[in-house]
Amino acid sequence: MLRYVYGHDLQHFPLLRDTMFRDRADQFLTRLGWAVRVNAAGEERDEYDDLNPLYLIWQNEDGRHGGSMRFLPTIGQTMVNDHFRHLTDGVRIESPLIWECTRFCLAPGAERRVSAGLVLGAGEIMANFHLKHFVGVFDPRMERIYRLMGLEPDVLGRSGEGRDRIGVGLWEMQEAAWPHTLARVGISRDTSLDWFRQSFSASDSKRLCEPALT
Amino acid sequence: MTLQDIIERLQRAKALEDLQTITEELREHYATTHIVYHWVNSIGERFGAGTYSTDWVDRYLEKDYLRMDPVIFGCFQRFHPVDWKQLDWSTKAARSFLKDAISFGVGNQGYTIPIRGPNGQFALFTVSHTTTDEAWEGFIQANAHDFMIIAHEFNKKALEFETGTEVVSVPALSPRELTAMSYLAKGFSRAQAADELKISEHTLRVYIEAARHKLGALNTTHAVARALSCGLIVV
Repeated sequence: MLRYVYGHDLQHFPLLRDTMFRDRADQFLTRLGWAVRVNAAGEERDEYDDLNPLYLIWQNEDGRHGGSMRFLPTIGQTMVNDHFRHLTDGVRIESPLIWECTRFCLAPGAERRVSAGLVLGAGEIMANFHLKHFVGVFDPRMERIYRLMGLEPDVLGRSGEGRDRIGVGLWEMQEAAWPHTLARVGISRDTSLDWFRQSFSASDSKRLCEPALT
Repeated sequence: MTLQDIIERLQRAKALEDLQTITEELREHYATTHIVYHWVNSIGERFGAGTYSTDWVDRYLEKDYLRMDPVIFGCFQRFHPVDWKQLDWSTKAARSFLKDAISFGVGNQGYTIPIRGPNGQFALFTVSHTTTDEAWEGFIQANAHDFMIIAHEFNKKALEFETGTEVVSVPALSPRELTAMSYLAKGFSRAQAADELKISEHTLRVYIEAARHKLGALNTTHAVARALSCGLIVV
């Protein structure tokens, strides 16, 4: 199933959290050979993980990470604006209606429906939070997956070569892509919305956080 | 007064009292029960502007509701818009707070947009209303984009008040954004403008959205008008 978890709440899902950061190390360092930092625990984390992003995570039946993606509002620090402005024609992409998604990751041997699940979850985020666009960092595999789902990411520019190649792209969840994506995950829209509500409505998971205005 | 007029008045605001007036104008524009914007600056000081009655504000302070307000709890450390129905009202304290709020005219529906600014700055923009679930859902679907834009325009002001520096009146747009805006000003369709710029229409829409935000405009037409009136582009 899909879970939507803010960074500060990952502590409530220790197995999911630890397996996610370890799978990220496996994907980005071992498989893609990107210049990422991996800590002594074998976890890949960067400075954007410290900004309390929203993670979209596919949780396998055994409770472990199957795949994930990371979201941040473009009002505020983002990877694309900080590091890839040369790929966006010098345009600083910033708007409350645009979020950034990065670190699209699949666990080794992830079920085929996981990648579709991540696209679906991103679509739910876009629809439920009234966003207009996502801007993201794409690797070639992620691009292929998106195209399989019938979404055509608009790659603005690329840097690097071969498996190290990174693209910055834009995408949105087009109306036409919903049925295909749901079919690949093998669930109905109602189930998808139930998963979304389970993460964002307090009735199922009581929030634990401090009051802000003290 | 049109929404565009209200946004422009917000951008000219010089003091907290001006923000207060804007919340009143927005309430009238949307014919909604309340509009509130409040924020905590980077050193923890609290400010607010809004249409809640002074009776309710006094009551809130007297009862120290800040310590348990589910809206505050549900929005802190978040950046997605929150419908009050999603919040945790299950405790006895929360239910009696809600009952009290309704009796003081806060309304039975609410939508709050949390904003995370730089250096720990934090703000909430809230629209509340007295209506059925169905009518409320339609209202939010129709206006959520505008509310997000308005929330961030309030926050630009709050950050400007905090630093004591006026935001540069002419925003800096990149050459590509300027070119895109000037094609639109000349009456090109999006497809034509994208073609001229040799980018996809989707990319063009994102560049226009980025420019709209920087210009503090409500929509593309408004953004083009502002770019023209600031002298950023000429036709």
